[in-house]
Amino acid sequence: MSNLTDLTMADALHGLESGDFSAVDLTRAYIGKMEAHKSLNAYITETPELALQQAEASDTRRRKGEAGAMDGMPIAMKDLFCTEGVRTTAASHMLENFVPTYESTVSGKLKAAGAVMLGKANLDEFAMGGANSNSYFGQAANPWKAAGDTGVRVPGGSSGGSAAAVAAHMAIAATGTDTGGSIRQPASYCGIVGVKPTYGRCSRWGVVAFASSLDQPGPMARTVADAALMLNVMAGFDPKDSTSADMAVPDFSAVLTGDIRGLKVGIPREYREGVSPEILAVWQQGEEWLRAAGAEVVEVSLPNTRAALATYYIIAPAEASSNLARYDGVRYGLRVPGDGLAEMYENTRAAGFGNEVKRRILIGTYVLSAGYYDAYYLKAQKVRALVARDFAEAYKQVDVLLTPTAPTTAFVAGSQEDPVTMYLNDVFTVPASLAGIPGAAVPVGLAANGLPLGLQLLGRPFDEETLLRVAGVIEEAAGFTARPEGF
Amino acid sequence: MSLDTATVRRIASLARIKVSDDALDHWTQEMNSILGWIEQLQQVNTDGVEPMSSVANMTLRQREDAITDGGIQDKVLANAPDATAGFYTVPKVVE
Amino acid sequence: MSTTYTIDGETGPWELVIGLEVHAQVISQSKLFSGASTTFGAEPNTQVSLVDAAMPGMLPVINKECVAQAVRTGFGLNSAINRRSVFDRKNYFYADLPQGYQISQFKQPVVGEGWVDIDLEGGEVKRVRVERLHLEQDAGKSLHDQSPTKTFVDLNRSGVALMEIVSFPDMRSPDEAGAYVRKLRTIVRYLGTCDGNMEEGSMRCDVNVSVRKAGAEYGTRCEIKNVNSVRNMMLAIEYEARRQIEILEEGGSITQETRLWDAGKGITRSMRNKEEAHDYRYFPDPDLLPLVLEESFIEGIKATLPELPDAKKARFMSEYGLGDYDANVLVAEQDRAAFYEQVAKGRDAKIAANWVIVELLGALNKAGKDLAESPVSADKLGGLLDLMADNTISGRIAKDVFAEMVESGKDAGTIVEEKGLRQVTDTGAIDTLIDQVMAEHADKVAEYRSGKDKLFGFFVGQAMKRSQGKANPAMLNDLLKKKLDA
Repeated sequence: MSNLTDLTMADALHGLESGDFSAVDLTRAYIGKMEAHKSLNAYITETPELALQQAEASDTRRRKGEAGAMDGMPIAMKDLFCTEGVRTTAASHMLENFVPTYESTVSGKLKAAGAVMLGKANLDEFAMGGANSNSYFGQAANPWKAAGDTGVRVPGGSSGGSAAAVAAHMAIAATGTDTGGSIRQPASYCGIVGVKPTYGRCSRWGVVAFASSLDQPGPMARTVADAALMLNVMAGFDPKDSTSADMAVPDFSAVLTGDIRGLKVGIPREYREGVSPEILAVWQQGEEWLRAAGAEVVEVSLPNTRAALATYYIIAPAEASSNLARYDGVRYGLRVPGDGLAEMYENTRAAGFGNEVKRRILIGTYVLSAGYYDAYYLKAQKVRALVARDFAEAYKQVDVLLTPTAPTTAFVAGSQEDPVTMYLNDVFTVPASLAGIPGAAVPVGLAANGLPLGLQLLGRPFDEETLLRVAGVIEEAAGFTARPEGF
Repeated sequence: MSLDTATVRRIASLARIKVSDDALDHWTQEMNSILGWIEQLQQVNTDGVEPMSSVANMTLRQREDAITDGGIQDKVLANAPDATAGFYTVPKVVE
Repeated sequence: MSTTYTIDGETGPWELVIGLEVHAQVISQSKLFSGASTTFGAEPNTQVSLVDAAMPGMLPVINKECVAQAVRTGFGLNSAINRRSVFDRKNYFYADLPQGYQISQFKQPVVGEGWVDIDLEGGEVKRVRVERLHLEQDAGKSLHDQSPTKTFVDLNRSGVALMEIVSFPDMRSPDEAGAYVRKLRTIVRYLGTCDGNMEEGSMRCDVNVSVRKAGAEYGTRCEIKNVNSVRNMMLAIEYEARRQIEILEEGGSITQETRLWDAGKGITRSMRNKEEAHDYRYFPDPDLLPLVLEESFIEGIKATLPELPDAKKARFMSEYGLGDYDANVLVAEQDRAAFYEQVAKGRDAKIAANWVIVELLGALNKAGKDLAESPVSADKLGGLLDLMADNTISGRIAKDVFAEMVESGKDAGTIVEEKGLRQVTDTGAIDTLIDQVMAEHADKVAEYRSGKDKLFGFFVGQAMKRSQGKANPAMLNDLLKKKLDA
């Protein structure tokens, strides 16, 4: 039954329904993969016993005809979603022993739909990073290797463990969160599909906050259809989140018709700047696929693309500096004693946070501080408005935008030490995050070095339907079936 | 705008993160490198642009006034490092 | 206008400039951003939701009633209601501030400028301008006396809605500041938006005080915290002003700082542990969206506002013909005004006012009771006034009856019947009384008749005594005069 882990979610659900195998069988198969590939460090906490219990319960439900939309699907949960009774660390020493007494809305919805949780996936600490190098629990590895590699490649970040787990078939799908590209970029590095929904589409309640105005949960899966199915379950209005959109959720699975005739696709010219010929070629290939399917491709301009990145690195740290103030050693989490309250705070936060988190807290504190607010934070809010306006203008002409997901393929772990160099990896994903629009990363092929390449689609706010439909067409045309060797 | 070590020390203190004297130069250098890169923003013309704090094109939803929560002292204190007699505790604060 | 209040220093008189920030706890069932209860006195951390404890991933959702209460109070302060306001985070670390920030309103408060008229001695009215009112979260409570080494933290109060009402620096004396706080308390109590209890901390004042020479620019101010009664606030202002004057006259300068009022010692002192200036790093809370008030919501609140103290006072003066002082006393509390109106209904309004203010409030004050605990209801007091009005009893007897009513809670009629206090209005009976008195004091009658008019009072007293106070005073006077002068 080793090939059970090769099934897409759609096929696995069909297999369960037909009685070809049980949810317990499927879960066991995935647990086997998790054991085999522990070296990837894709999970911070594995929950095989819980998974088997859930799988058994799933089989019972299915026998009774009460199976939910994802019943029996073994998934990885990014360790940023609070899970009742299961340790939730945000990959931080600060929360190393934190066991929530509550379940996040999104993980709760997945549970209610019958999903089986295999474990809590690795990530960059508090979702801050693009390589999963900032985890207190160690680097998660990309299952893909380039020819001649001796060390490991990063899986991207921050949802690196999720991406690695799905790519290595250690989970049928995974949850991610995207703040500046944290779903799309690791999906691209690992050769899987990642969808960042429109801000407000999926509830943030119970998700450890990084930057509240940007954070958005989304699905990571091996196919567009699986991602659509999972998004159906994850999405929806939540009265507990004041920024959650009170809108009906369409059936995203029903929109994958393959018919994009007459659709207008925009190519933002600013995204070409400094892109390698190899990535340009893949991008052009994407254009041609869409044209061949009957879409019209036009060039558009997003003039504030370059400024968007710097804007993001003001806004996200500013919000983070405040969001992470609650980690003070008083009510939960790490406490390092000190002489008096102030020193206890300082010791706790110095020991509990890793360097990248501290870096962003310090930058965020600085840009909000008296005398600098206008020059940095207020300025960034204004540029953010311009970035959003750019997209709004573009969507007057086109229905979706096609861009690369990342400027490079996955890099070697430890090769990018300078923070600013690292930040530049987010150049194609950050603008959409600032504008709150939905985006999807779709794998389309392998680079000359043998690593996966992805294209990014960006849609209108709350039009994930068109986004996914076009993603489906790209996926079909690309026919990406490559697998990382040994997985 | 270049930061000096005194400013970094003040910022770290505001953020309640202990920074050792040894590490102070390193942090200062790193923050300056990031802020120097961010400086490019000043070139964007934002005259007359309204600052954007949320992309959600909505106004604040208001809930009805009803007691729907609380009475969960056990859950509230479950992860506390040093709860005593139903209270959280911290080192003694002198006002 | 009265003369400006000043404090004399070595160099002559100094003026005071006072502004107040009043934190009024909003009356609501649940907290501003969570569904936990707001009631007092529960076991520690039992009225705390995961939101109040700032657990990871928890998010705030605003309570509509708290917004309505703020708008209601805004109307009470004659203020502009802002159709759009924004919640900001005020960032600082403290043990009883779980989020590491307080959700407040900084640049765009829900209520803008307005004013309060305060009533000063001698019927003078002064207008104090209100700068703003905004909604914010209360902090939890730190207990420092439970352990020698630890501070205990209870978050029951954490997240309860507060209205911060900020005045302009328009007050010039401790009395004015006192009158302002009392007026504010009356207004919020009328509106039902805050119980106004300073002792229990549901209304708290921070006082900004500076001094200057007449006509000079504002001086540097200090903020005084920890004043928990109007009396303490007035004492604190006085002390702080004198402290500042002394420093200035010695050639020093005032450091802008926060000082604590020490009620035990009667001094203000600098707060320790302020190693750095505050830098609150306010920014719009990204977990919340702009608060936009619908016109219908605002109009709905406006339509259901109660009659406010100023309007009620004006009506009492015009409708009941009351003087400024009486009207002020009666409208100070809503239940008092209502009590009065019930007593005054269909009766002599001025007599009613007199009885409520002098007799009833006097008796309650002496017994240390609230009007709500009064043994004499409005109807019973009205009944007593009716007995006076129809001459069943005299005013003098009425006071005795009232004392009995306070004692026993019985109604006036019952007491009058039981004790046989009905006034004697029978001419024959009074004649008899007079005859007896005149017979007993024949010598005095002679003196009177020889021109010693002053003795008339003596005869009235004797006759009244003989009637055990029950003779109708007017009739007694009349008949006595006739008989003596006959």
